[in-house]
Order: sequence, then structure tokens, then C-alpha cells
Amino acid sequence: MKPIIELEDIRREFVVGEEVVKALRGVTFTIHEGEFVTIMGTSGSGKSTLLNILGCLDSPTSGEYRLDGTPVRTMSKSQRAILRNRKIGFVFQNYNLLAKTTAVENVELPLMYNGAVSASERRERSIHALTRVGLGDRLNHKSNQMSGGQMQRVAIARALVNDPAVILADEATGNLDTRTSFEILVLFQELHREGRTIIFVTHNPEIAQYSSRNIVLRDGKIRDDTLNHTILDAARKLSELPVTDD
Amino acid sequence: MNATNLFKIALKAIANNKMRSFLTMLGIIIGVASVITMLAIGQGSKQQIKQNIAEMGSNMIMVMPGADRGPGGARLSADAMQTLTIADYQSIVEQSKYLAAVSPNVSAAGQLIYGNYNYQTSVTGVSQGYLEIRQLKVESGEMFSETDIKTSSKVCVIGKTIVDELFPEGADPIGQVIRFKQIPMRVVGVLKSKGYNSMGMDQDAIVLAPYTTVMKRMLAQTYLSGIYASAITEEITQLAIADITEILRANHKLRAEDDDDFNIRSQEEISSMMTSTMGMLTMLLAAVAGISLVVGGIGIMNIMYVSVTERTREIGLRMSVGARGVDILSQFLIEAIMISVTGGVIGVMLGFGASMAVKTLAQWPVSVEMWTVVLAFVVCTITGVFFGWYPAKKAANLDPIEAIRYE
Repeated sequence: MKPIIELEDIRREFVVGEEVVKALRGVTFTIHEGEFVTIMGTSGSGKSTLLNILGCLDSPTSGEYRLDGTPVRTMSKSQRAILRNRKIGFVFQNYNLLAKTTAVENVELPLMYNGAVSASERRERSIHALTRVGLGDRLNHKSNQMSGGQMQRVAIARALVNDPAVILADEATGNLDTRTSFEILVLFQELHREGRTIIFVTHNPEIAQYSSRNIVLRDGKIRDDTLNHTILDAARKLSELPVTDD
Repeated sequence: MNATNLFKIALKAIANNKMRSFLTMLGIIIGVASVITMLAIGQGSKQQIKQNIAEMGSNMIMVMPGADRGPGGARLSADAMQTLTIADYQSIVEQSKYLAAVSPNVSAAGQLIYGNYNYQTSVTGVSQGYLEIRQLKVESGEMFSETDIKTSSKVCVIGKTIVDELFPEGADPIGQVIRFKQIPMRVVGVLKSKGYNSMGMDQDAIVLAPYTTVMKRMLAQTYLSGIYASAITEEITQLAIADITEILRANHKLRAEDDDDFNIRSQEEISSMMTSTMGMLTMLLAAVAGISLVVGGIGIMNIMYVSVTERTREIGLRMSVGARGVDILSQFLIEAIMISVTGGVIGVMLGFGASMAVKTLAQWPVSVEMWTVVLAFVVCTITGVFFGWYPAKKAANLDPIEAIRYE
């Protein structure tokens, strides 16, 4: 299996006033193509910092990070922007859709910043991505006309549209109710089965049962890194949930 | 990232905030419209003044007796007013190389009488060159002749107003004898109407007679009240003035240290004085209007600044999906320029409309010139870039990590 993410002794320090805060104190791991990895940790464990580095939004103080074979640490801000555009799909906790904008236009956004994709191809790929997440019939719904689950699906479609090397989800089910959370989880498991590489940052231990690997951070270091050999099926769990009809 | 996409993004942002964008534009619209209107009114007045002065005569030069004391100077003695003579006139006619026509000027005020009708006016004594100098044309009959001047004939050429006042029944005035101060004068010609000039003076209420007649028979004086001349072209007006000055100084036997005992003014001077005053006034109006344009620009900056803060999350998202700093900068700059240029287009149209309204309602001379429109556009674009730059730069420098989590 091809390595997608290679971290070697990543350290990240912030200077706050006179103090030096060590958010990451030497993190090393490799994620291969097709893995569904959950990264867990309490607040202050450094998981947000790690996510920023993985997403090329931030650079490590020392250590090397290779994304899909490309070394990231020495890149300039614009180079990292282009790398994010081509290799990474983000899914955020609060969806971050553009207001007053239709689903399909939201999904088109990453391709707007890729001059190589024509307008017609952009539209076609966006429709395809939306169809994939089950919103083929809501292409022209505006973001304020959709439920939380639908908005998160649009966000996932947006993360898929540039065919990224890795999908980075940051508490992607954090704002959703249990049933909708499982629907989103089912979608992630489907994408995993299709061979997508997914990193899901969360503080909810339950979600780790549905991923193929779980990394636990504490105080800026990896405390636990285990493969999950008994992946639970989110679809089955969803069907077992009591139907609330109030 | 290509330019088309940037334009689409900026357009979408403007469309999402129609009301706010319009209100932002309003400052620019009002600014541009007032600049265009003010300049149009200024240009229109300037053109009309120029035209009026041109109608006064062709490259006219006026020689007046007495030194030019300027406003507030000592009152001139009667003696000082008698420095121009027929000899001076003849010298100028003989010696000057730059003049197309020369005419003496004397004037006698009094009452014209024909039958039961009379009219209070003055008779102007001139030579034939006066017609060319003042751009007058004889409509019917003919101008008095050189012989009439030599013999001080009692003949005259009259303007339209005189005809209307003395011959209200529509009789042909040619050949009729009218009386001025008991002196009977035969009408030999009628001048073509010129209407009122810019000062509101009736240019048709004139009676022209040979200057010899006016001097000898009416006034019994030996000096002239002025000499009028016309330079061959506008460009040599100054040369002609210098030439006349030299001739007159020699005639009057003035020494080098003596001041001129006459003064010369040209139409060109009057024209440039009037237009420069008008130009200053126009610039003043435009500057006041320009201030409103700058205020409009500050309005753009203000709104863009608020907009950047309000859209911090959006900017963070755009950055996280791959927008570079320069993409964000361009987006906000294009937004600012679009707002200011659209405002400019509407402003130009509104300014044009307002100018036309002024023209038809207030009957003011108005002229919208191309350069004012071009100027308005250039200023708008510069305004957009200038006032859009700072907020756009601020947006581009946002940290995507903080921006995406901004509440």
C-alpha cells in the first residue's frame, strides 16, 4: 500500500508571551492509502495542531511531513494553498458552507481555484459528487434551506470534488444528532470501502469502533496507535436505532 | 485560478449583498454625477462666453486714450482723454503691417427723429473698416463710401432696432432722411441683425456715420474717443499691439521713460480673462463635487473593511480549499473596483441626465465633454483600487486556521 501521510518526529512550538508552549513533542506515524484513521485526544492533547499540520494550514517547527510523497515543511504559503487545493478535502464540524449559495455552487468552490478545470467540467464533477452523497435531487437548494445532515453532506461532496489524496474531517458529526451522525458515519464507511483515505479527528470514543485504525494523542505525543480488526458496521447500528417520531 | 472565476466570485459576493452594495455605490454615483454635471455647466458657460466674445468682432484691438490707471486709479483729466487724433489713425493705417482693418471711433448721443417717431440713441462715427472689425454685414442698401468720409456727408447706416423704432409701419428706410440733433441724415444701408450680446446689450441699436461727419457736424471736436482695429490672425494680435504702441509713441513724441498716454486692449485678453475666471469657477465646482467622490471612496473602504471582518469564516474556508493570498486579495479588489466602476457608470448616466435637465429646465448652456467622462472613470477605478487595497490586503493576510474558526 502506498503511504499517503508520513510524519517523522513532528514538533510544533508556539511562543505565547515569554513562554514556549510545546503543542506537539515528536509525533511519528505513517498512514497508507485506503486507511480510515480516527485521531482522538482530549482538548490540549495537540490534536487540533496536528490536524492543522496534516491539512497543510500550518507548518511544523521541526520534523518532516510528506503528503502523497511531497515534503511540506519548506513550502511557501501559496504552495501549500495549491497543495490543499489538489490533495486535501476538508470536512468541518460547522459545515462552513457559503451563505445564500446553492449546494452545487458550494461544491464547485475548490475547483474555482483550479484554473485547469473548465466551467463545464466543474459543474459536471460537482453534480457527480453531490449525487454520490445522496443529494442528487437537491442541487439548487441554498445552504439555508437544508438540514444539518444535508449541509454536512454538501460539505463532504465539496471535500470529494477535487478527488483528494486524503479527506480530513474535524469533528464532522459534532453538531449532529445521533441518527444523523450515524448517517454521516455510514457515508464515511462507504467512502472508506471505495478506497478513500480518511482521517477523522474526534473526541468521541464511539466513532473509533467504526474506523480501521485509532491514534490517541495526549500531551503532544502518541499514547496509543492500534489497528481495529473488528470494524463495526454503522449502517447496521443505524437500523437498530430506535426511530424517534416525535 | 483564472480571472473569469475571480470575476464570478466577486460578482456573486456583490449579488449576495445587493442592498449594501447599492448603498456603497450611492456615494460614488452622487460623486460622479455631480462632477459630470458641474463640469458640464462650467464648460457650457465657458463655451458660450467664448462664442459671445467672438461675436464682438474678429481679433479686435481697442486703442483708448489716456494711460491705463487700472481700477481705483486717479480720475483722468479731460486733457488726458484727448490724446488720440485722426493723425494717429492715419499713421496706423499707413504704417501697421499686421492689421486687416482700422477704424476711428467717436460717438455722439442724442435723439433720432423720423416723422412722428423718435428714439434715444447715439451715433457712432467710424470708417468703412468698422464693419469688418465688428463683423457687421449690410443687409440692404450699402455702406457709406470713402467719398462720404472725405466730404463729411450726412449719411448713415442703421441697425435693425432703429429700423423697428423709426419705421414701425414697415416702410423701406433706404433713401429716407432721419434727423439727429437737427441734422438731416440720409439712410443708405441697414445692418443685418446680431441680437443681444452676453452683457445683454442690444447690438442692433446702432447708427453708423462717417467719423468726419460726427466729429465736424455733430461734436465739433478734433480728437477721437478710440481707434478700433482687427489683427490679420489671432496669433499676431500681440505683435500688432506692439506695432501700434510703437507708432503711437512715435506720433506722440513720447520719451523712453514716459508712460503711454493711451492704452490698448485686445479681444483675446478679454476672452482669456473671462474664460480663465470661468475656468476657475468650474474647477472650484468640480473640486467640491470631487470631495463627495472621495467621501464615496471612503464609504467603499468602510464597507469593504466591515465586509472582510464579517466574512472572515468565508475567507478561511476559501483559503482552506486552496485560495492563495493573492486570490483573496484579487477577489476583494475586484469587488471594490466593480462597485466603484458600476457606480461610475450609473453616475455618468445620472450626471448626463442632470445636465440635460439643467439645460432644458433652467435654459443654461451645458456641454458634457468626453474628457470629463473619461476622467470620471479613471477616478472611479483609482478610487476602487486605492480604497479597496487596504481591506483586501487585510483579508489576504488572514491566518486560515484562525479565520476558519472565527465566530
